[in-house]
Amino acid sequence: MAELKINIGKLSLKSPVTTASGTFGYGMEYADFMDIERLGGIFVKGTTAEPREGNPYPRMAETPAGMLNAVGLQNKGSDYFIHSIYPKIKDLDTNIIVNVSGSTVSSYVACAEKMAALEKIPAIELNISCPNVKKGGMAFGVTATGAAEVVRAVREVYPKVLIVKLSPNVTDITEIAKAVEAEGADSVSLINTLLGMAIDVNKRKPILSTITGGLSGPCVKPVALRMVWQTYKAVKIPIIGIGGIASWKDAVEFMLAGAAAVQVGTSNFIDPAISMKITGGIREYCDKYGFKTAAELTGALEISGNV
Amino acid sequence: MKKYMLDMTVKECINIHANHCLLKLISDCTLPGTLPGQFVQVRVDNSPATFLRRPVSIHYIDEVNNELWLLIQKVGDGTRMMSKCRPGDRLNLILPLGNGFTIPPCTDNECKNLLIGGGVGTAPLLFLGARLKAKGHKPVFLLGARTQSELLQLQYFQAFGTVYTTTEDGSCGEKGFVTRHSILKSVRFDNIYTCGPKPMMKAVAEYAFSSSISCEVSLENTMACGIGACLCCVEDTREGNICVCTEGPVFNIDKLKWLN
Ligand SMILES: Cc1cc2nc3c(=O)[nH]c(=O)nc-3n(C[C@H](O)[C@H](O)[C@H](O)COP(=O)(O)OP(=O)(O)OC[C@H]3O[C@@H](n4cnc5c(N)ncnc54)[C@H](O)[C@@H]3O)c2cc1C
Ligand SMILES: Cc1cc2nc3c(=O)[nH]c(=O)nc-3n(C[C@H](O)[C@H](O)[C@H](O)COP(=O)(O)O)c2cc1C
Ligand code: FES
Repeated sequence: MAELKINIGKLSLKSPVTTASGTFGYGMEYADFMDIERLGGIFVKGTTAEPREGNPYPRMAETPAGMLNAVGLQNKGSDYFIHSIYPKIKDLDTNIIVNVSGSTVSSYVACAEKMAALEKIPAIELNISCPNVKKGGMAFGVTATGAAEVVRAVREVYPKVLIVKLSPNVTDITEIAKAVEAEGADSVSLINTLLGMAIDVNKRKPILSTITGGLSGPCVKPVALRMVWQTYKAVKIPIIGIGGIASWKDAVEFMLAGAAAVQVGTSNFIDPAISMKITGGIREYCDKYGFKTAAELTGALEISGNV
Repeated sequence: MKKYMLDMTVKECINIHANHCLLKLISDCTLPGTLPGQFVQVRVDNSPATFLRRPVSIHYIDEVNNELWLLIQKVGDGTRMMSKCRPGDRLNLILPLGNGFTIPPCTDNECKNLLIGGGVGTAPLLFLGARLKAKGHKPVFLLGARTQSELLQLQYFQAFGTVYTTTEDGSCGEKGFVTRHSILKSVRFDNIYTCGPKPMMKAVAEYAFSSSISCEVSLENTMACGIGACLCCVEDTREGNICVCTEGPVFNIDKLKWLN
């Protein structure tokens, strides 16, 4: 049986299958449906230095093979996380990775610093790409200079594994990836949601309270896959592929395109045990095609002869 | 409560009205314990327009036959697909979800409970009425609809308590809205439970509040996950934005910002 263990920099994951921030709560929400310790990691909900109420309801619109959300980073803040959530999840036998969000460089730094002090949090994922926050979030992720600025500041206070999550709402994602690599990011994860919109024709009104929101689910997969492939060719640090993964086949596609690991997001809502099915499927695929380790899948796409 | 993802078999799918159907599902294994007011998330496959699961209240649990009943109003693709199920079809459900209504202690069987439903919102009240009766209570139902043919499942409600009705056109029971029914003037109730269109629930909440009667409402905010993971279903309450799928769908009106 193929070995599923993979590495993201210094971080060792027992499987390339992890779950995406904002779609898997703190992991406990899914414990009735699967053994969450078999995941390579759990990227927990977006956490900010101060509590955030998020955006007003309605925050969700269903779209063909996907959904728009405008949650707006609702969370109780980093201190609440440290005192009330961390104690409950710290002993899980999987990597708990905190998705760190903010609206100013100093708020990212404040949150990252607090996470650095938590022994059982081996890595953070810096969310410079959330499209829902009016101030900040979007601005950092859409320019190479903005992205570099926040990564540089966080790198100074965060010595553990630093993953930077990229926004797809840019002209050239490879520029942003190269900029954050240059500032010392250990890995990049992509993609966050694509900015979209939905309208209720009967009411002639937008469905979301914020008018626009983030698109996710199978409908974004081809775009995400293309961006992972482009980024794989542009940077040397490991890539975590995200976007519409709903089956082992999708996950293998991302790995072949260059991802070292994947995150499963919106699909958890439809089948809360999907990540285990994906894990099993990747192993079977490796065995079928003679890959001894899942790590060998990364970038194994064969281009010659095809183009 | 532990949640389960189960494949269930359609036993019957009865069109009880042009826009409504009663779906009876049987489970291969013993159904997990459920509370009235809780809901299920139904997976609707093979339709490009129905990507997410559909939340549906538990209408009734027949423990003897291991059956779960859903009362469905056809409003879009998902509910229409459900209404086209045939005996033997399999449906995938996640259950039980949400909190459920508060049942007064059985020692207090003098307690007068009024269950007010409108349209398909009557769905969870049948299961609630059944459990109240099983605890020794004598539930009173007040069901409203536009017209007689839209008063659903009356014979089932009658098995668990007294049923009063209102219709907007006066074709059955008193004419007008539920909040105008004469029973509200003649009887002093201790608890009101309500589910239905939001304007109706708000009117009921206002009545209960002004009469100092404890009142629980069941909300139907749109949902993605149904298990507290996505934070899409929030209601703006006195405690801030909280998830309807885990902290609701049933709320005491004291907690909501509906009343001043
Ligand atoms: C906790 C809970 C319990 C529910 N119980 C029942 C029940 O017992 N029986 C039943 O028939 N329905 C119930 N619903 C509503 C049901 O989930 C929706 O009607 C269904 O999801 C619509 O799916 P669709 O694909 O048919 O329609 P869609 O194509 O998704 O929508 C059709 C129209 O209905 C509107 N709509 C969709 N969902 C909702 C909603 N939740 N609230 C208000 N408007 C909505 C849409 O805006 C659109 O205009 C419940 C909802 C919740 C949250
Ligand atoms: C409801 C919801 C909430 C999300 N919240 C966050 C968040 O807090 N931080 C973040 O970096 N990404 C967040 N995301 C984005 C996902 O982590 C993921 O990048 C995106 O949904 C694409 O993957 P998918 O198509 O598999 O869902 C959220 C997505 C959804 C659907
Ligand atoms: S529907 Fe996802 S949190 Fe309630």
